[in-house]
Amino acid sequence: MRRLEGLAKLTGAERFIDDEPFEGLWGMTVRSPFPRGRVRELRFSDSIDWSEFTVVTHEDIPGANAVYLMELDQPVLAGEYVRHVHEAVALVAHPSRAMAREAIAGIEIIVDPDEPVYDYRVTPDQSQVQYGEDNILKRLLIDKGDVEAALAQADHIVEGVYETGAQEHVYLENQGMIARVEDGVVVVRGSMQCPYYVVNALKHALGRAEHEVRVIQAPTGGGFGGKEDYPSIIALHTALLTLKAGGAPVKMIYDRSEDMAATTKRHPSRVRHRTGLDAEGRLVAQHIEVVMDGGAYVTLSPVVLSRGIIHAAGPYACDNVRIEGRAVLTNAVPFGAFRGFGAPQTHFANERHMDVVAKQIGMDPVELRRVNLIREGQTTATGQVITGGADRVGLMDRALELAQFNEKRREHDSFNVANQYLRRGVGLATFHHGAGFTGSGEVYLASRLLVEGLEDGRVEVLTASTEMGQGMLTIFTDIASQALGLEPGDIVLRDPDTSRAPNSGPTVASRTAMVVGRLVEKACEAMRARLGVDKHTRGEELKRAIVEWRRQHPDERLVGESQYEQPPNVNWDDETYQGDAYATFSWGAYVAEVEVDLRTFNTRVLDFVAVQEVGRVLNETLARGQVQGGVVQGIGWALLEEMRTRDGAMINNQLTNYIIPTSDDVPSIRVEFQEEPYEFGGGGAKGLGELPMDGPAPAIANAVAAALNVDPKVIPLTSERLMELMETVATS
Amino acid sequence: MTVLMPESLDEACAMLAEGIAKNGEAPTPIAGATDLFVEWPLHADAHSRSYLDMSGATELRAASIEDDAVHLGALTTYWDVVVNHPLVAEFPLLLEAARQVGSVQIQTRGTWAGNIANASPAADGVPVLMAYDATVVVQSEARGRRAIPLDQFYLGYKKTQLAPDELIVDISLPRGLRSVEIFEKVGTRRAQAIAKVGLAITHSEAGWRVVAASMAPVVTRCAHVEHMLEEQKIVKTPQDFLNAIEADVSPIDDVRSNARYRKTVMSRLLYHDLKARCAWIE
Ligand SMILES: Cc1cc2nc3c(=O)[nH]c(=O)nc-3n(C[C@H](O)[C@H](O)[C@H](O)COP(=O)(O)OP(=O)(O)OC[C@H]3O[C@@H](n4cnc5c(N)ncnc54)[C@H](O)[C@@H]3O)c2cc1C
Repeated sequence: MRRLEGLAKLTGAERFIDDEPFEGLWGMTVRSPFPRGRVRELRFSDSIDWSEFTVVTHEDIPGANAVYLMELDQPVLAGEYVRHVHEAVALVAHPSRAMAREAIAGIEIIVDPDEPVYDYRVTPDQSQVQYGEDNILKRLLIDKGDVEAALAQADHIVEGVYETGAQEHVYLENQGMIARVEDGVVVVRGSMQCPYYVVNALKHALGRAEHEVRVIQAPTGGGFGGKEDYPSIIALHTALLTLKAGGAPVKMIYDRSEDMAATTKRHPSRVRHRTGLDAEGRLVAQHIEVVMDGGAYVTLSPVVLSRGIIHAAGPYACDNVRIEGRAVLTNAVPFGAFRGFGAPQTHFANERHMDVVAKQIGMDPVELRRVNLIREGQTTATGQVITGGADRVGLMDRALELAQFNEKRREHDSFNVANQYLRRGVGLATFHHGAGFTGSGEVYLASRLLVEGLEDGRVEVLTASTEMGQGMLTIFTDIASQALGLEPGDIVLRDPDTSRAPNSGPTVASRTAMVVGRLVEKACEAMRARLGVDKHTRGEELKRAIVEWRRQHPDERLVGESQYEQPPNVNWDDETYQGDAYATFSWGAYVAEVEVDLRTFNTRVLDFVAVQEVGRVLNETLARGQVQGGVVQGIGWALLEEMRTRDGAMINNQLTNYIIPTSDDVPSIRVEFQEEPYEFGGGGAKGLGELPMDGPAPAIANAVAAALNVDPKVIPLTSERLMELMETVATS
Repeated sequence: MTVLMPESLDEACAMLAEGIAKNGEAPTPIAGATDLFVEWPLHADAHSRSYLDMSGATELRAASIEDDAVHLGALTTYWDVVVNHPLVAEFPLLLEAARQVGSVQIQTRGTWAGNIANASPAADGVPVLMAYDATVVVQSEARGRRAIPLDQFYLGYKKTQLAPDELIVDISLPRGLRSVEIFEKVGTRRAQAIAKVGLAITHSEAGWRVVAASMAPVVTRCAHVEHMLEEQKIVKTPQDFLNAIEADVSPIDDVRSNARYRKTVMSRLLYHDLKARCAWIE
């Protein structure tokens, strides 16, 4: 099936929130220039006639001054205290955008500064402690077997420390929202991934009941996790302004520099590995410590850390695993959700470490993986028994074959001797990604979805799942049309609107096709049951039945409802962190070929092979697009994208200086799927969206290691960083 | 905002003079506007200025090949050069540099003269022009025309010899045989990038020209490096260039790169690129 909204996006007909005709007030945010301190005063400049402006401070918040998320520590607007640069302190609105922009410069924030903390890797001084006793936002532990005993007996012990940097989402459409009051209801429309997160945030801070707020997702130009939690903040800001302005529409659109400076990034991480192996290269112990920079508030860091540590031991079998995780507060702009959600960080460390291990024990990195890749019936670090899914070794062998891995290695050996300053190498990464919410997450979410038969026989799918470029509209339409035997044109999907659509959970965690797609199927069945027909009633016959039913029940809705049910035999213990962390995993094996120019230390990816198993592939074109996009994002994270900071805030917050790959930096990306339908996923699908973010960075870094015989342990591996690495190697 | 639209070069120069006389400030010339409009959203003062759209001065558009020199009129774009085959056959670095500027959209709007006048230390057009011994011809109503060698055009960061009432009208490049022509742009990525290190090298009867970009407050010739090459001083490793580089340029640490990287890379480019062409580089 063709992507439904593709033509509208291609032709520019699609209307994003900033394209809406708008009359009302423009909102702007007054932000803290200080990283930490007590707010003494807001000074309003005398040269501005403030009676023309709507001004909101924390005193105008009707409910609790907290952004509703895991903890309630993040204020909607900082009142007495600021904890990071760019933290929102006040809001201003005016019919003229330029005037609003000028006005925010007319508000001075007076702060008594306190000692900030920026480095999440070092123990804070007492004066820097701002959370608990040690700034640790979350501590997690996975403990399997007896690591120390196993290490004591190991033939080899290999250690390594790996670090990854922050990453900006660079969704093409900046954050934006319009709020107004309609018949006493606060209506917010804008760019977002999770309409019900916004509902919850509005209820909490505005002190309103669910029916007093309404959230509508506008067509959204990319999210990647950057529109998971942050839109709640802009929604609250526009809502506060509209309430103060008597219900007049208020629009906030961040420009690129504000968006990059003030919104979330991928968590920086440091991962330490201590690995024991037997004489054959079998993993006997993995001791892993994961530390992540959480930034100034808790936000989603505990769950990012959780996913990070669960993936930290990689797709390998090992009887003794101890993984300690910490998310640490710093006075940086809070880090947040980003495609992969902690797993790319720990996969980078683990897959890079596998190559370091192989080199140290004198084993081929491919063979090291072959020996250790998890087999049917073996268990992960959390003791989850792996059953079903593609054969991991087969997946790896296919990737090696497609990439001509061994031939390339031989070619490179002679190329590297013959060439004056170009060096080539290939690198491999094998990895997995758990689909859906971690542990009992999906059970708590208890997602719901409705399917409704319309008067004309068409069928509407009512869901809070959002389209943000990833293909939800197309996939759900396809699933519903196949379930009911209807033409895609007979399936209706409108912008998610919380006044109509039930809470299908957030559009995150690679869960939409697998988890919510399954709800579409079940709701279609439920609607058939309501109609009193069985699954053989399809297509035109079904349409006629719908029309007839509606005629006979003029005052009733013909709806089928579904709610999430956990697949059988999935058990998770949140206390011990043991059990089935995810209902299922997707699996991947990626190979990168690189060329390094020793004149400039620039690394260029020459070729890329991505082989994966993601259950059944629902739409080949979209699925390829997801993989290719993920690989490109991975290339950026591995080689180019470096957040530069001052006082914990980004200073290269422009696309000129925050360097993402262009098409010229991207090689041919050969994508292959091995299909293994997953019984409990929509259309047989498993999660796909995040998996492609996990493999590229370690595959690329491993290729650089092979090309230069050095061991890069920090990404982004910019040219400057590679130069330094080469110099340290040369002098040691 | 006011935009003045002269219909000839002379009228344009007159409007500059008039602006100074009337408002104490000349209108800002617009060629391709690819530099001017980048900062537009961020700088409120740019909105209230008055501008001079040069597109009506059609006599500045042409590029021509004469007996002893080629001329790029001030409105010549990168793309005009890319498609001018005889020109780029003789001055191949113009093509190389042009294709490295931004994207095709920028190449079809951006002008060589705008690149010169904008005076960015990271410019890509300026180094190759300088390595080809370009002369900049400027014109004002009051003083007529004068010619300034490009390697003397810059006075300091974003400071040039151009007076407020002057326009660049022509860039001329002497013709002649060259034995070495090299252009290197080390960007933050492969395309759409600002140079971290730029290098243009030529060798002809006139001698060596080594021009560095992003290595100093202005695009600059590297006299000490040129001297090393003139003297055919034996070079055994890239580091052997470092003293001369230190003497010629003063790169900085900034948001894009750092000084040490810039110097190291310049030395490595010089070494590896010249090694194949110069027997004394071992
Ligand atoms: C996306 C993008 C990518 C870019 N990439 C590159 C790149 O890779 N390399 C690079 O070097 N540059 C790059 N640039 C910068 C720019 O395109 C070049 O510097 C270009 O040559 C400027 O020419 P213009 O005609 O557009 O200048 P304009 O913007 O019109 O003018 C630039 C300045 O020169 C003055 N000026 C112009 N013409 C004259 C004249 N005849 N006499 C006196 N003053 C004059 C103007 O008043 C202004 O101050 C990029 C710009 C953008 C927007």
